[in-house]
Amino acid sequence: MSDTASAQLNDHLRVPDFFGSSTGRVVTLVFMAVLLLVPVAAHFLGIRLQLVSLDFITRILCLAIAAVSLNLILGFGGMISFGHAAFIGIGAYCVGIPAYHGYGSAWLHFPLAVVASAAFALITGAISLRTRGVYFIMITMAFAQMGYYFFLSLEEYGGDDGLTIYSRSVFGIIDIEDKMVLFLLTYACLVAAIYSVYRIVNSRFGMVVRGCNSNEARMKALGYNTYAYKLTAYVIAGGMCGLAGALLGNFTTFISPDMMSWSRSGELMFMVILGGTGSLFGPVFGAVTFVFIEELLSSFTTYWALPFGILLILSVLFIKGGLNGLIQRGWKRD
Amino acid sequence: MSTLFLIQFLNGLQLGVLLFLLAAGLTLVFGIMDFVNLAHGSLYMVGAFFCATLTFWTGSFVWAALLAIPLTALVGLVLEIGVIRHLYQRDHLDHVLATFGFILIADTLVHLIWGPEGIAIPLPGYLRGQVEVLPGIIFPTFRLVIIGSGLLVAFGLYWLIGRTRLGMLIRAGASNRTMVSALGIDIKTLFTAVFALGAVLAGLAGMLIAPITEATIGMGNDIIITAFVVIIVGGIGSMKGAFIGALLIGLIDTLGRSFLDDILKLFIPINAAETAGPAISSMLIYLIMAAVLAFRPQGLFPPKVR
Repeated sequence: MSDTASAQLNDHLRVPDFFGSSTGRVVTLVFMAVLLLVPVAAHFLGIRLQLVSLDFITRILCLAIAAVSLNLILGFGGMISFGHAAFIGIGAYCVGIPAYHGYGSAWLHFPLAVVASAAFALITGAISLRTRGVYFIMITMAFAQMGYYFFLSLEEYGGDDGLTIYSRSVFGIIDIEDKMVLFLLTYACLVAAIYSVYRIVNSRFGMVVRGCNSNEARMKALGYNTYAYKLTAYVIAGGMCGLAGALLGNFTTFISPDMMSWSRSGELMFMVILGGTGSLFGPVFGAVTFVFIEELLSSFTTYWALPFGILLILSVLFIKGGLNGLIQRGWKRD
Repeated sequence: MSTLFLIQFLNGLQLGVLLFLLAAGLTLVFGIMDFVNLAHGSLYMVGAFFCATLTFWTGSFVWAALLAIPLTALVGLVLEIGVIRHLYQRDHLDHVLATFGFILIADTLVHLIWGPEGIAIPLPGYLRGQVEVLPGIIFPTFRLVIIGSGLLVAFGLYWLIGRTRLGMLIRAGASNRTMVSALGIDIKTLFTAVFALGAVLAGLAGMLIAPITEATIGMGNDIIITAFVVIIVGGIGSMKGAFIGALLIGLIDTLGRSFLDDILKLFIPINAAETAGPAISSMLIYLIMAAVLAFRPQGLFPPKVR
């Protein structure tokens, strides 16, 4: 293949730039800036509105990291994993359990969270990826439920009642007991996660994974061991989501098996789909929109899940390419 | 030990039978319409709540169950015609997400109509007692009724699918939808009928368990995952797989929870066994699932034509 041809092919496969189209670039940058500056400003101005508080936005950012990691396998890799919340739970328990035994160092918690989640992803992924289609959906779901029941049965760590973390991970000079510091750390992790996904999906490895999504048989025919590539992507996503879990555990300072129940996994999936699969910032748009709507509706009525469920169904059926698609097209219909 | 074993065996059988009722509907709907229905557990819940209300209206659990069956079928019909029908053409991801939305809607609607509390269903006197199944083995009558009705339904389904015209169409639809439709069969009506049948089976399972556990919001959301495990182990789309898988999973889960720590105590220190026992037994069915998949990714009894 000539150099020009291969360059053209690369251009074709490349995720449209870091921010997408020119409209997309402006909207995305403004959005990310708002996400950073509004809660910080609200904090210093003493605005006590829940929706712009540091706490509320920190929670969203944790979920956004999880959604970004899910998007790597769901959006780019085409692996419909319905068990992603398991990694959040494992990450959170990797903070909670050492903290319970008096080991408070973040240099223990965070690597442990990433490694443990990645290991769980390696074992369950190795089995799940032997199957495809609807089997894969159900099996990932079942493995997550297995994790849920595992932590539920650990009486020592609270079981059903959950586990309170009395002090957050200790980083040395960075003190994340200060919620501003925790917010900034989470924001930095989110940006790092998005940038890693950007680098991954545009690497040779990422191209193969995306190739498996479009046509796995063809990738096999080209001689790629698609199973190994997909498993690697699955493990990376699991580790990244474990980081989100460790941050979330530090943020809530209370962890319970409920963090990994299958409705949590479903919510993560929705964030990804709502934001737009296979786009870099889509999961962030999705997570923010999802949690905002949930928060608004639940402040109006106890029966918020009813309109929420209807909205979810309508968004699946009618928003093509998710919010990111809308933004990239400049709110025009295709 | 052996008395306890037999009683737990019957309990396992009872769980297995319930799982079969759920798994049968899932596997039918998937096998024929290629549709993944996460909201199947909601139909289980709806059946239980219908039965609860009707028990108070009619004063009899048996009449209530008989009346709740057509009502659940009606819910299935409305759901299929109103929404599900429009999803068949889409991919599995959309099925999963849309039916996940349904679960939220169903749980909230039940909360609106019946309130947040669980509803206990009183059983008539003749179902409330216990019987001596074997010398020295006393077992609640109603649990035997559950086992009996489940096996009866299994036999009924076997007859329906293997021996009737509707069953023939169902089997034909599972092998080749386009061909069935080309032969002049109204495939839309067939799909609706199959979905309603699945709804009835799920609803029946809910009605049967509700007198023991109460009808509660979200009662279907945990057991549905176990039903998924059943059809994964049995082979998605296979009725035989659903039956054998359900009994297997029901027995393994129940017996594992009762006896695993005792068995572990034979091999490892007692303290360790008492911690590890509950942890392992709660994961046992998923480990079994993983083991089956490692050797047979298509499940134990994959349907012959797909």
